[in-house]
Amino acid sequence: MILKIENLRAKVGDKEILRGVNLELPLGQVHAIMGPNGSGKSTLAQVLAGREEYTVTGRVLFDGEDLLTQTPEARAFMGLFLAFQYPVELPGVGNLYFLRTALNSVRKQRGLEALDAVDFLAFAQKRMDLVEMDRSLMSRSVNEGFSGGEKKRNEILQLAILEPKLAILDETDSGLDIDALRTVAKAVNALRGPDRTLLLITHYQRLLDYIVPDQVHVMTEGQIVRSGGKDLALELEHDGYLADAPDHTLPVGGTP
Amino acid sequence: MSTDIGEFTDQEYKYGFTTDLDTDIVPRGLNEDVIRLISGKKNEPAWLLDWRLEAYRKWVKKPEPRWQNVHYDPIDYQDISYYAAPKPKKSLASLNEVDPEVRAMFDKLGISLAEQERLSGVTVAVDAVVDSVSVATTFKKKLAEVGVIFCSFSEAVQNHPDLVQKYLGSVVSNQDNFFAALNAAVFTDGSFCYIPKGVHCPMELSTYFRINAADTGQFERTLIIAEEGSYVSYLEGCTAPMRDKNQLHAAVVELVALEGAVIKYSTVQNWYPGDAQGRGGIYNFVTKRGLCAGANSKISWTQVETGSAITWKYPGVILQGDGSVGEFYSVALTANYQQADTGSKMVHLGKNTRSSIISKTVSADHGQSTYRGLVQIHDTAIGARNYTQCDSLLMGKDSGASTFPYIEVKHPSAKVEHEASTSKIGEDQLFYCRQRGIPEEEATIMIVNGFCREVFKTLPMEFAVEAQRLLSVSLEGSIG
Ligand SMILES: Nc1ncnc2c1ncn2[C@@H]1O[C@H](COP(=O)(O)OP(=O)(O)O)[C@@H](O)[C@H]1O
Ligand SMILES: [Mg+2]
Repeated sequence: MILKIENLRAKVGDKEILRGVNLELPLGQVHAIMGPNGSGKSTLAQVLAGREEYTVTGRVLFDGEDLLTQTPEARAFMGLFLAFQYPVELPGVGNLYFLRTALNSVRKQRGLEALDAVDFLAFAQKRMDLVEMDRSLMSRSVNEGFSGGEKKRNEILQLAILEPKLAILDETDSGLDIDALRTVAKAVNALRGPDRTLLLITHYQRLLDYIVPDQVHVMTEGQIVRSGGKDLALELEHDGYLADAPDHTLPVGGTP
Repeated sequence: MSTDIGEFTDQEYKYGFTTDLDTDIVPRGLNEDVIRLISGKKNEPAWLLDWRLEAYRKWVKKPEPRWQNVHYDPIDYQDISYYAAPKPKKSLASLNEVDPEVRAMFDKLGISLAEQERLSGVTVAVDAVVDSVSVATTFKKKLAEVGVIFCSFSEAVQNHPDLVQKYLGSVVSNQDNFFAALNAAVFTDGSFCYIPKGVHCPMELSTYFRINAADTGQFERTLIIAEEGSYVSYLEGCTAPMRDKNQLHAAVVELVALEGAVIKYSTVQNWYPGDAQGRGGIYNFVTKRGLCAGANSKISWTQVETGSAITWKYPGVILQGDGSVGEFYSVALTANYQQADTGSKMVHLGKNTRSSIISKTVSADHGQSTYRGLVQIHDTAIGARNYTQCDSLLMGKDSGASTFPYIEVKHPSAKVEHEASTSKIGEDQLFYCRQRGIPEEEATIMIVNGFCREVFKTLPMEFAVEAQRLLSVSLEGSIG
């Protein structure tokens, strides 16, 4: 198990957003979490990555190690990566420089030598080709003035460069047109492997046509309420997320 | 911020050492006799002594200005020594004869007094000023081949008195303001540059200022004259030892650009900032002004101010020539109890003159940064334009930033734009970097450097690297 979440709860002030999440992700698999807007998917991703504004209880093991006591950077060193739903702009910080700093910081923790600018560029260019990233974006500031699609691509590029054990992709599909979605999906599929687990967060089943998951989980109101095979996504598409939750009458979301 | 900005506990000021030099110091205190003594030591012509005395007489009548947004205990001007010079063993025939201890001091500061190309392939001529006097100037011969004069101010007074007399005080008069008048009365040395007509100065010129002696003030004066169609890029760096007592540095810089000439003046100011409790440090009260005398001339100031207990200066440009251009790029960092009140003055007189002001202030710990700027468009300045952008970044809850833009427009065709922003380092930005494995301190420095990039990129390469390094060192103790 790369990730084992037990009874994870997260609050902001008095508001409980995650209300006892349980989830296990085996190494080498692709899982998806689906659920309506506001159900707590991004909060789960942020809490796992170490965002400090939440009051968190419960237990999370990453590769057998306690995750919740670690700083965000330590979690990155352990091999956790989050592709943000809303990638952040860093004015004046060159994209290539940012990527190299991140990679070298992670390499240092892994006892590897730093890559110099030349070696890094060669490596990064291969990865850029994988995500079909426009080279001109590399000399710009991180995400500054990027289109929605370019930002998402940049997240996947970072994933491809940092080579984590667990990558959480938060709504990477939103804001992508169909061609871009295909490209990104192709890149993500190329990054699948026996040593890497992917957790896809989405509320559209569309993405899962291109990146076929081993398992699908449904989150509503801060809990995982159902889990199943890849067909669950199709079922949700038809019946809405809340088909099995009798106290709700209106299904939310589910169709593009 | 997720983590409190802690006290600036053990910030490393790596230039804080003192060097044991045999120094000739004039006793503390200021009166006409002291001025006569200084002028006599420098063997100055009578007109210059008169000019100094006139300045002194104005100065004693001027009240010390109090409008600036900085706070300090009154300065006792009678408790300062106005002249300190490392004693030369003998007069210098060549650079090889520079006192080995002076040379060693500069080596320790990372400034080479040897005439060699730097690693980057850029050649830089250096005028090294210690306390009140210039101790060495490199590449003089090579520069002389193209007619460029680059020497200490004292030498210029001896060897080029006509030029000095013509331009000294032509941009900043000897009674311009309290500190400029004080400087005019007691200034001891500085650099002098003259770029002849049509000459593109073949290397960067620089002056490195070092305060070494205790209880002295440093009052240097720099004068740069760029004749028609010439170009020069000039750099200035400064450091001082760590001392508990504040030391006054009141310099004057005058630039004159004739028709079509370009002067680029860059400063990396790293005077001792004082300790974590706000004890000691340099009072950096400086008057810097350029005159775009000729049409289509250009003067560009870039300053990176990371040192000094108090920084108080407004490098400005008088845009007299039609179509002339003035620029001001500034990064001012205040940490600990540092204070900075800085900005620019752009005075538009000529037609179609243009100016831009880009100011970035970063305040950490208890640091206080103020941007103060004046844009004046006179009725003769038809079609003048100014663009001003002031961005402040706050780190830590006790830091502060203020902006005072003054705009006076006397011609309706003028276009003046002003933009200002104040922000904190975003929690989102930090988290994003940390998620990618960049530790908090490094991430903060990266974000701050990014914030300042627009200014850094106007510096020559070597200085840009140095500026980024300085910023990192200054911020290190104040994060996490
Ligand atoms: N920092 C926060 N402060 C207050 N409310 C928050 C915060 N983060 C998330 N929430 C709330 O928690 C709920 C879940 O949000 P989120 O995790 O973004 O959902 P999803 O990603 O599933 O759309 C929403 O109601 C959202 O407004
Ligand atoms: Mg979300």
